[in-house]
Amino acid sequence: MSVTNSPPLQGGSAPSRPSSGLLGGVRPGGRHAPRAVGLAGSVLVLLLVLVLSIGVGAKQLSPGEVWQGLVDSHSEAWTVVHRMRLPRTLLGLLAGAALGLAGAVMQALTRNPLADPGLLGINAGASAAVVTAASLFGVATFDGYVWFALAGTAVVAVLVYAVGGGRGATPARLALAGAALNATLYSYVSATMLLDTASLDRMRFWTVGSLAGAEPSTVLKVLPFVSAGLLLALVLARPLNAMALGDDSARALGARPGLVRAGAVLAVTLLCGAATAACGPIVFVGLMVPHLVRSLTGPDLRWLFPYCAVLAPVLLLGADVLGRVLGRPGELQVGIVTAVLGGPFFLYFARRGKVARA
Amino acid sequence: MRALRSAGGRSVLLRPRAVAVGAACALLALVVGVLALGSGDYPIAPADVLRTLTGGGSPAEDFIVNQLRLPRVVTALLVGAALALAGALFQSLVRNPLGSPDILGFTQGAATGALLVVVAGGSSLALAGGAVAGGLLTGVLIYALAWRGGVHGHRLVLVGIGTAAILTGVNGYLLTRAQLMDAARAVLWLTGSLDGRGWQDAWPLLAATVVLVPVVLGCGRALRMIEMGDEAAGGLGIRVEPVRLTLLASAVLLASLAAAAAGPVSFVALIAPQLTRRLTRAPGPNLLPSMCTGAALLVTADWAAQRLFAGHQLPVGVVTGVLGGGYLVRLLATERRAARL
Repeated sequence: MSVTNSPPLQGGSAPSRPSSGLLGGVRPGGRHAPRAVGLAGSVLVLLLVLVLSIGVGAKQLSPGEVWQGLVDSHSEAWTVVHRMRLPRTLLGLLAGAALGLAGAVMQALTRNPLADPGLLGINAGASAAVVTAASLFGVATFDGYVWFALAGTAVVAVLVYAVGGGRGATPARLALAGAALNATLYSYVSATMLLDTASLDRMRFWTVGSLAGAEPSTVLKVLPFVSAGLLLALVLARPLNAMALGDDSARALGARPGLVRAGAVLAVTLLCGAATAACGPIVFVGLMVPHLVRSLTGPDLRWLFPYCAVLAPVLLLGADVLGRVLGRPGELQVGIVTAVLGGPFFLYFARRGKVARA
Repeated sequence: MRALRSAGGRSVLLRPRAVAVGAACALLALVVGVLALGSGDYPIAPADVLRTLTGGGSPAEDFIVNQLRLPRVVTALLVGAALALAGALFQSLVRNPLGSPDILGFTQGAATGALLVVVAGGSSLALAGGAVAGGLLTGVLIYALAWRGGVHGHRLVLVGIGTAAILTGVNGYLLTRAQLMDAARAVLWLTGSLDGRGWQDAWPLLAATVVLVPVVLGCGRALRMIEMGDEAAGGLGIRVEPVRLTLLASAVLLASLAAAAAGPVSFVALIAPQLTRRLTRAPGPNLLPSMCTGAALLVTADWAAQRLFAGHQLPVGVVTGVLGGGYLVRLLATERRAARL
């Protein structure tokens, strides 16, 4: 990925031995400087991808036409850029940040490297709730979806954490618990779609995960949920850092584990629920990004979280652009591209053995 | 019991509780089968069903029972037994009660094969062929990817889950590529349904069962050793990898053929072996009793799916899915407490 363009960064310390910046005192000296520079570099990469996402699409426009479309409301390209590509890009930005950060929070919370909103069934929880809303109540807009999605997300997040994410769970156990929940929820989703052909037609595109057809209003409606989740996650970075040492140590460091866990589940709910309601279930973004980012930042969550929030949209929008290019004249939905990109990553990760032996 | 268990491999067949459970489930499956044969728009009393099955009914009864309803019931029994056996094998091989073919990607692979046929506009027969091909290819792929000087249980689980996630994405894509009518047909197949099954659906599965069950049972003792750990089994003179490959291939074949006959009916492979283990209170794979439980489970679920809502037939996969969801949550909670998961 383009992350390799950023300046070389220092790896962090081992999780069992967090940096002394843990209690919040920013360490003097140059140790944080490379990470700050790296974050700035990541923002630049993100800007580049944003430009690409606005510039590339089914209708081929020259850079000049795209610029015209952005600034000149009388140009031909105005409609394409403002009605379609801009909302789509902004939605990808929000959803990507949400999913990447949600994955990072879940991995920190469960102390489990395989946590991902898609793999653990949390997206499926949102899907099940949305499909229920669509078929039972005929809800067809984001306004209607979002509350159902949030409720479904919350229920499954708590469930997965309670049954599979507790302390003793190995990555394989957690992944199995999530996969099993996923299977249950999807069998429910397909059963519901089956009994109601109209909702099947609507939902079969939604259940793949796509940024296409984003309305400007949807972007505005996702914004508050994602911002709230983002803020909450960033606030929780420090106490979650402390909890990496175990609850007792965290308490000694002034964190309240119960409260932090509840907050983290709430953050995951806000982030995943809103993203899934807007784009459908998208797998692997929340798994891949924190792993790639960890090699840049080390385990300190106060750096990991912001990096994830910046680089996850790079992955999601990159995948979306790729889907538009590969799928011409139509397009490949972004959820499919991330599944096909992320799967091999996951398989490599699983084969490496470190996780598999755990 | 304990003395019997440690007495050696063959002693498991003598375990009275396991035999009783197996027999009870087989009987239940047959009784429900007879009831299902007798129920429908033209109800027939169980005694008349039995008379018709043995060749003594009126021509009308003969047609309804032997031609219309029997293939469906036989398919249900076979699919249930095959899925349960596949599930029991997988759960033993990966040493985890959640390691069933529908969670480890094999079923998704079968679905991908079937969906490819649907998108190409193929017939029902081609759909079944696609399911078998897809399931087998996925099996080979997962085995190859999980291979690192041997296939370790946890690695197989993780590779399987990853493959399942990729294939779910691919399947979703294929579903968007199909015409709406075909998509509806595909979703019906994906849910698992026994509606309108004829003898041509039952035969391949029956043939596979007849061939594979003896093979699998022959490996039963080795499987119990492998369950204790590869090294322990190797020390006892078991050639671990060939046995594991044989059993995995059999399980994948059974699961794929079951999917070809009835679609990827969810959770039977997961639940039946677990239920059996609790009923027999015996450790180990419980292969034969599991098959009986699976057959009873699926034929009952299908009968319920037809009768539960008057005037509206549900596909059997909906019933097993709902049952499975409830059971799963219970399993997750209890197994976690027992730290066995």
